Amino acid sequence: MLEIKNLHVRAGNHEILKGVDLKVDVGEVHSIMGPNGSGKSTLAQVLAGRETYEVTEGEVLYDGKNLLEMAPEERACEGIFMAFQYPVEIPGVGSAQFLKAALNAIRKARDLEELDAMEFLALVKEKIKLLGVDEKLLHRSVNEGFSGGEKKRNEIFQMALLEPRLCVMDETDSGLDIDALKIVAKGVNDMRSPERAIIVVTHYQRLLNYVIPDYVHVLVDGRIVKSGGKDLALELEEKGYAGIEEELRAGAKA
Amino acid sequence: MSDPTTTIESFVSQDYKWGFVTEIEQDIAPPGLNEDIIRMISAKKNEPEWLLEWRLKAYRYWLTIKEPTWHNVHYPPINYQGVSYYAAPKKKELQSLDEVDPELLRTYEKLGIPLEEQKMLTGVAVDAVFDSVSVATTFKGKLAELGIIFCSFSEAAQEHPELVRKYLGSVVPYTDNFFATLNSAVFTDGSFCYIPKGVRCPMELSTYFRINAESTGQFERTLIIAEPGSYVSYLEGCTAPMRDENQLHAAVVELIAHDDATIKYSTIQNWYPGDKNGKGGIYNFVTKRGKCLGRNSHISWTQVETGSAITWKYPSCMLIGDNSVGEFYSVALTNHRQQADTGTKMTHIGKNTRSTIISKGISAGHGQNTYRGGVKILKSATGARNYTQCDSLLIGDKCGAHTFPYIEVKNPTAKMEHEASTSKIGDDQIFYCNQRGISKEDAVNLIVNGFCKEVFRELPMEFAVEAQKLLGVSLEGSVG
Repeated sequence: MLEIKNLHVRAGNHEILKGVDLKVDVGEVHSIMGPNGSGKSTLAQVLAGRETYEVTEGEVLYDGKNLLEMAPEERACEGIFMAFQYPVEIPGVGSAQFLKAALNAIRKARDLEELDAMEFLALVKEKIKLLGVDEKLLHRSVNEGFSGGEKKRNEIFQMALLEPRLCVMDETDSGLDIDALKIVAKGVNDMRSPERAIIVVTHYQRLLNYVIPDYVHVLVDGRIVKSGGKDLALELEEKGYAGIEEELRAGAKA
Repeated sequence: MSDPTTTIESFVSQDYKWGFVTEIEQDIAPPGLNEDIIRMISAKKNEPEWLLEWRLKAYRYWLTIKEPTWHNVHYPPINYQGVSYYAAPKKKELQSLDEVDPELLRTYEKLGIPLEEQKMLTGVAVDAVFDSVSVATTFKGKLAELGIIFCSFSEAAQEHPELVRKYLGSVVPYTDNFFATLNSAVFTDGSFCYIPKGVRCPMELSTYFRINAESTGQFERTLIIAEPGSYVSYLEGCTAPMRDENQLHAAVVELIAHDDATIKYSTIQNWYPGDKNGKGGIYNFVTKRGKCLGRNSHISWTQVETGSAITWKYPSCMLIGDNSVGEFYSVALTNHRQQADTGTKMTHIGKNTRSTIISKGISAGHGQNTYRGGVKILKSATGARNYTQCDSLLIGDKCGAHTFPYIEVKNPTAKMEHEASTSKIGDDQIFYCNQRGISKEDAVNLIVNGFCKEVFRELPMEFAVEAQKLLGVSLEGSVG
C-alpha cells in the first residue's frame, strides 16, 4: 500500500531525513519511534504533503502511485489522514461546517453522493458518541479554545468520520493524561481493519501498551536504524534510544 | 505542488467577472459643472422650482468648501470639471419590462439579475437604476395597495412633492460634507420609499445600481421614510462594467424612522475595483445616515463592500427617540490596490438608546482597509449603551488594516464596550484544511466566510447568497 524508498528530506539547508525505507501494507499497524529531532514528525508531515519540506531524493508510492506529486488535498481524498501533533485552531469556522466540507470533498473524490445537512448530522452524531466526544464541540469553532486533550480526541473523531485508508498519527499521545490516552487508544483500535493501515509516530512506549503495533521502527538521525515486532518497543523503553544506538555501534564494529 | 502563498494570491487576484460595457444610446451632458448644467438636469427631470433652488443653494455652498483630506485613502486630484453630470438612456417612461431595451435586459442577465425571474421567483420588487434614470419598476401595484410608495426619486419629486420637500436634506443637509453637497447640487436619480403608518412591507425592496456611461459621475439620492409602526427592508446592490478611467460616485442616502418603525438597509457594493496595479476603478464617496426620530425606532445598516478603488462611507445613525436602536454590520474587502475607509457614527441623543457595531475588514494583496468609527453619547442620553466589535483579517503580507475608533461619552450612566482583533490566514490553517480534503480555495472561502458570518447573518437570504458568491464563499450554517 505504502512504499517509501530512500527518502531524503530537507527543511531549508538542514537535511532531516537521510534515506528512509519503509513498507506498509493494509491491515498493518506500524509504530515509528525515535528521540527528539530524529525526523519522526517530518516523515509524517511529508506523507501528508506539508510544503515546508523539500524532498531531495527517493520516492513514495501509495497504491503504486507517486504520492509526492499529489497535492495535500488529493492525498486526503485518496484516503490519507494525518492526526496532527498540534491541531490548528480556525476561529470563526464551525466544526460541523468544517467536517461537512471535508467529508463531502472526500466523498466527491470517491464518486459518492455528497451528504446533505440531515444525513451528515446523523452520521456525525453516531461517530461522536463512539468516541465520547461532547456534541457541543460541533457548535464550536474548529479547535478554538479546546484543551490539549480535546484537540487530540477531536483528531481521532475526525479520523473516524472520514474513514481514511492510511492513518498517520503524529505524536497523538503527547500531552495526554492517562484517561484521555485510553480514549484515544480505543479510537485507534476501533479503526483497525484489514482494509486500513495505521502508522503511529510516538516518542514514548506508553501508547503502544494500548495500541499494539505489528511492527516497530526506530528512527534515529533521519534513518530507520532498527525494525522489529512489538517487543522492540519494550526493549526501547528499557534501554532507551541511547542503548539501541550503543548496541548498533557495537554491532557495526563487530 | 503549489506554494500556499501563491495560491492565496491567485485566489484574491481573480479577475472582475462582471466587466463589460453595454451599447445603449446615451443622452449625455457635456463635461463640466456650472449653474446651467444644474438647471439642465432639473429641467430634464421637470422638477419643481423649489428643488432647483435647493440644488443651486447646494452648488453655491459647494464652491466655498474644500475636499476633505482627513481620510486614510490616497488618490490623484479629481477634476470635477472633467466629469459629465448627466446621462440617461434615451428611451424612457416604460410601462412594462417588454418596453425595456433588450440590450439592457441582457446586461442585467449577465449580472445575474434577470428581472423577470426575479419578479416571479424571489418576490423582490426591483427598481433598476441604469445610470441615472430608472427604467423598470416592478411590483408597484401590489405595493400601492398597501399605500407603500416605491419609485424613482424623480418620480417622487413630481408625484409626492410634499413628502420630498419635507424630508429631503432633513438627515443629510446640503451643507453636510463636500461630497454630499456635490450630490445635493447634481443628483440625477435614485429611489424613494415611503411606508405608511402601521404597514409592514411584505417584500424586500431592492434596487440595482449600475454605472455605465463613460466619464459619468453617478449621483444617486435615496430617501426612505418609515411612518410610526411600519417596517421595511431595503436592498441595494451594484456592479459596474470594467473601465480604465476612474469614475466618481457620490451618493446620499437618508433614512427616517418614526415611532416604533424599523428600517433595515442592506448593501452589496461590487463596483469595478480597478486592475491589479490600481488602474481604473470607481471612487465611491457615499454619505448614508439614518435618523431614529421616534421612540423605539430601529435602523439597521448592513453592508458588504467588495468593489471600488476607493470606498469612503460611514452609514450612521442619529438615535434621537428614546429607546431607539442603531446597528451597523459591515464586511469590507480590499485587495490589489483597493482602499477602503469605512465605518459608522452612532450619535446617542435619546434615553436608553442602544447601538451595535460589528465591523469585519479583510485585506489582501496591497489592499488598505481602515475602520473609522465614532460613538458619541450626549448628555441627554441617559442609560445609553454601545457595543463595538471591530475585526481585521489579513491575507498575505503586503496589505494593511487600520482602526480609528473615536469615542465621546458625556453621560456617566452610559455603557460602552469595544472589542478589536487582528488575525491572519495562516499557512498552517490552510494545510490543516487541505489535509482534510478541502482545497486551498475552499479553505480560504471557509475561513473568510467564518470571519464574516456575524454580518452575513444580518443580510436577507437572497443577498446573503450574493454576498457569499462575491467573497467566493460556500454557504454557511447548513447544520444545526
